[in-house]
Amino acid sequence: MATVIIPTPLRKFTGNSSRIQVSASKVSGVLDELAAHYPELKKHLRNADGVVPSFINIFVGDDDIRVLEQEHTSVSENTIISIVPAIAGGINHLTA
Amino acid sequence: MLCIRTAVLDGIKTHAESSAGECCGFLFGYDANYTRNVTEVLAVANVTPGDKRRNFEIASKDYLNAEKYADQAHLQLLGVYHSHPEHSAFPSEYDRILALPDFSYIIVSVKSRLTDDVRSWRLTVGNFFEEEQIQITDSPYGL
Repeated sequence: MATVIIPTPLRKFTGNSSRIQVSASKVSGVLDELAAHYPELKKHLRNADGVVPSFINIFVGDDDIRVLEQEHTSVSENTIISIVPAIAGGINHLTA
Repeated sequence: MLCIRTAVLDGIKTHAESSAGECCGFLFGYDANYTRNVTEVLAVANVTPGDKRRNFEIASKDYLNAEKYADQAHLQLLGVYHSHPEHSAFPSEYDRILALPDFSYIIVSVKSRLTDDVRSWRLTVGNFFEEEQIQITDSPYGL
């Protein structure tokens, strides 16, 4: 089974589990499997249109799926899949 | 409450004061008795393709390395710090939109290359920022 590494800020939605085993063979199936098991995680993995939000990056091994085959990227038994939230911000549009 | 050692906070301030644009880095430590203890920080590059004086962005590879480091060092990745050159230590709407649940966000206000204010923020359930009190300590064990 492939292993998904859950980023620290999203572990509250996986019962504090940092690594989840999944049986899917494509990234799309991995995300579906995670959403089915952890409904609170779903909104962080897919937007209203059903696609991965721009502020979430999915890595298969060392590569972002955007440079692979997106959600069609294959995963195998020993694949490590990392969910990487975008970390950004700044003083643009200051509210205070 | 966010408890941070003087030397660790000084490291963040130095990073902020020596950066022409917004600086950024990770916070590591542990949660204990409702107090979040920051014991280490890791400065990383601001890779925003935009104006570095008004924006910051951390590379995905740096985020992955931070998670790996926390795992290996038996620490928690507690959050992120960044600076606001010539602006307040209050979060912007941009900060809020991109903020993650449970992370602490330390913001350093830098005026004329000197630290003017330091505040920490966390998202509430309703996705609004709430200020988190900072307690500065000289104890290596936190509070």
